[in-house]
Amino acid sequence: MDIELVEIPKWNCCGAVSSLTADDVMHHVAPIRNLIRVIEMNEEGLVNDEKRLIVFCSMCFNVLRRSNKRVKEDPKFLETINSFMDEERDYDGSVKVMHFLEILRDIGFYKVKERVKKPLKGLKVSAYYGCTLLRPRGVGIDDPEAPSIMEKFIESLGAEVVDNPYKSLCCGSYHTVGGNKELVAERAYKIINAARERGADLIITSCPLCAFNLDNRQELTKKIHPDFEHMPVLYFTQLMALAMGMESETGFDGNYIDPRPLLRERGFLEG
Amino acid sequence: MSEEKMITVYIMGKAYQVPFGLTIMKAMEYAGYRFIRGSGCRAGFCGACATVYRKKGEYKFRTALACQTTAEDGMYLAQLPFVPANRKEYNINELDPEKNVLSEYYPEINRCVSCNTCTKACPQELDVMYYIQAAIRGDYRQVSELSFDCIQCGLCTARCPAEITHYHVAQLARRIYGKYQLKVPEHLEKRLKEIEEGKFDEEIERLKNMSIDELKSAYVQRDIEKIPRGEVSDE
Repeated sequence: MDIELVEIPKWNCCGAVSSLTADDVMHHVAPIRNLIRVIEMNEEGLVNDEKRLIVFCSMCFNVLRRSNKRVKEDPKFLETINSFMDEERDYDGSVKVMHFLEILRDIGFYKVKERVKKPLKGLKVSAYYGCTLLRPRGVGIDDPEAPSIMEKFIESLGAEVVDNPYKSLCCGSYHTVGGNKELVAERAYKIINAARERGADLIITSCPLCAFNLDNRQELTKKIHPDFEHMPVLYFTQLMALAMGMESETGFDGNYIDPRPLLRERGFLEG
Repeated sequence: MSEEKMITVYIMGKAYQVPFGLTIMKAMEYAGYRFIRGSGCRAGFCGACATVYRKKGEYKFRTALACQTTAEDGMYLAQLPFVPANRKEYNINELDPEKNVLSEYYPEINRCVSCNTCTKACPQELDVMYYIQAAIRGDYRQVSELSFDCIQCGLCTARCPAEITHYHVAQLARRIYGKYQLKVPEHLEKRLKEIEEGKFDEEIERLKNMSIDELKSAYVQRDIEKIPRGEVSDE
């Protein structure tokens, strides 16, 4: 697609949660430090782009874009961060944080379609957005009430879109590591069943935490609701790799609910 | 005898006149302090003499090794004899390197907010923050490589707002990397086999029976081996 992605040398964890406290500067240091790395990459000639930072994880994307937005809107806040990070060059707000799906949209989903070697004809796929890709308005990549970017992505791979009224219902997020795993298992029950009732074969998502909650938590969902039927939940790039004929890159070994039996049955995987 | 140039340093707030050109450690000793703990090799290798100081006219709270840093006029000095850092007990043979053992034993590494204070504090100029970032990801190799020159002075830990014990995390990572992931170097295996086969038994017996003077002259006249050292495979 005439675009090459270069990993940030020495990136650091974004923090995984965006602090909303007005006077909490410290939790914006990590995201802004990554943005400074992007400026350095431009200066060192590692990239020749107009300072776009492409993010795959919805949560990282959300944290990075929110901090970027905050420092651009609040110069005093940026000044505090810059003076704290006195070992770094100053950040100037010039990096553009983008989710990978936005890049695909900018390039054009028709170009994605051109690269598809194995159209997923007849596979019924439901998009799950969760929260961090869409909210808050002004940070999210699509209309938070009626998003369509993932549906366009699914169509470009040749699969059939199945709508889900709960596609932006929160999956339970960090309750999964706290004492309320049941809440997450119940959310998985609700979201997956809604997709199944509409005929979906599988769900895709762009957030690793949503993916974990909808996929791995199905074990607990099944314990709570013995009538529950498992459904594969894929990271959106797994489906893309499959459609583009890059089977060795699909990473299905990491899925709790193995999608391979279904995909073999439908003829999308050999053997 | 030429007149010595004297400077004023403030040791725990009290002014002392000490000769110019001394290290912080020697300046404190000149002033009358005696180090029973918090002093070791005096050559920048052992990491025992972590020190904190401030320079005249600066707001910065600086860190260093007392044996490696020259005292300057107007410096405020204090020695850190020990860092009471959290260090976990583990049996290296019972760890599962497929899991993130670092996060399991030291879950506080996940409190890192990338403030980089640890890196600024490190007298070895290591990328401390980045090895903690690698530790969060369970990347034993990167932690090992980035922390290899750590002398365990504990200054990173003393300065960390997240109470991470960087150097103990890194030591655990190096142990796991060494035991489970790094290939045993060929020359080491070869030498161990020679020892087991008794190749050096006779020579050891001969050395054991030497007098001190004979030992000294044997040491001075020894052959220095030309075997390539420490060439460690990448994989």
